[in-house]
Amino acid sequence: MIKNLVAGLLGLLFGFGLIIANMTNPSKVLAFLDVSGEWDPSLAIVMASALLTLAAIQRLMDLSPETQTSCDGVKQGIDRKLLIGSTIFGIGWGLSGICPGPALLGISSGLPASYVFLGAMFVGFVIFNRFHQR
Amino acid sequence: MTDITILSAALGGVIIGLAAGLLLLTHKRVAGVSGIASGLLLPWNAESSWRLWFVLGLIASAPLYRITVGEIVIKLDAPLAVLVVAGILVGYGSRLGGGCTSGHGVCGIARLSMRSIVATLMFMLTAGLTVYIQRHVL
Repeated sequence: MIKNLVAGLLGLLFGFGLIIANMTNPSKVLAFLDVSGEWDPSLAIVMASALLTLAAIQRLMDLSPETQTSCDGVKQGIDRKLLIGSTIFGIGWGLSGICPGPALLGISSGLPASYVFLGAMFVGFVIFNRFHQR
Repeated sequence: MTDITILSAALGGVIIGLAAGLLLLTHKRVAGVSGIASGLLLPWNAESSWRLWFVLGLIASAPLYRITVGEIVIKLDAPLAVLVVAGILVGYGSRLGGGCTSGHGVCGIARLSMRSIVATLMFMLTAGLTVYIQRHVL
């Protein structure tokens, strides 16, 4: 129960980070991706400061990579799935400016577009499960 | 581009990194949102309950922010049909590739995973190309 509560609080913290960084705004994300337009480096700054903070915590707490598990934790090496999946994800991200975290935050936006995207994303998850799992 | 944007980007990033680090400490799990969110689909397993709580917290952050701090700007111009296609591609692609911006882009690169570095370069490149074609070619 405590673990669940902590997970909830960390989800809340993560969400606040996304909101403060402005990453919940698709046009902000697209302004980063559009390098030939009036380029906005914000997303790169968000990513850099997030991963440096995380790397510092890992160093301080002596969390070696081996202690980590995730959906990607057991896989090693670069394979076709990684390349094709990332390519497909990139196209969808470029079309919308929305990745999974901000998609979930969109629930409270009240915008029909946010619900359409979120629903479609879960359809994408289901399609993956149908063809690649079990 | 203002200084305030750079500051809020850096501050937001630190908070995201902190949340990811604490999740690693307390749950030994990577804060990859695509993996966590898709883990809510049935059938449930031992991982599902903390994932549900994390997602609920994530969802709750927006109304809580609106109450305590202020407005959240969401500017979304894409037509609904494009968003349907984009959503499916984001959902399917992030699962096939084993992660998204958070899992590969932040957590994976922070532990210097070669897979995550390649994946991040790949989706940055294709997303950039997609935007370029959409805005400057079509």
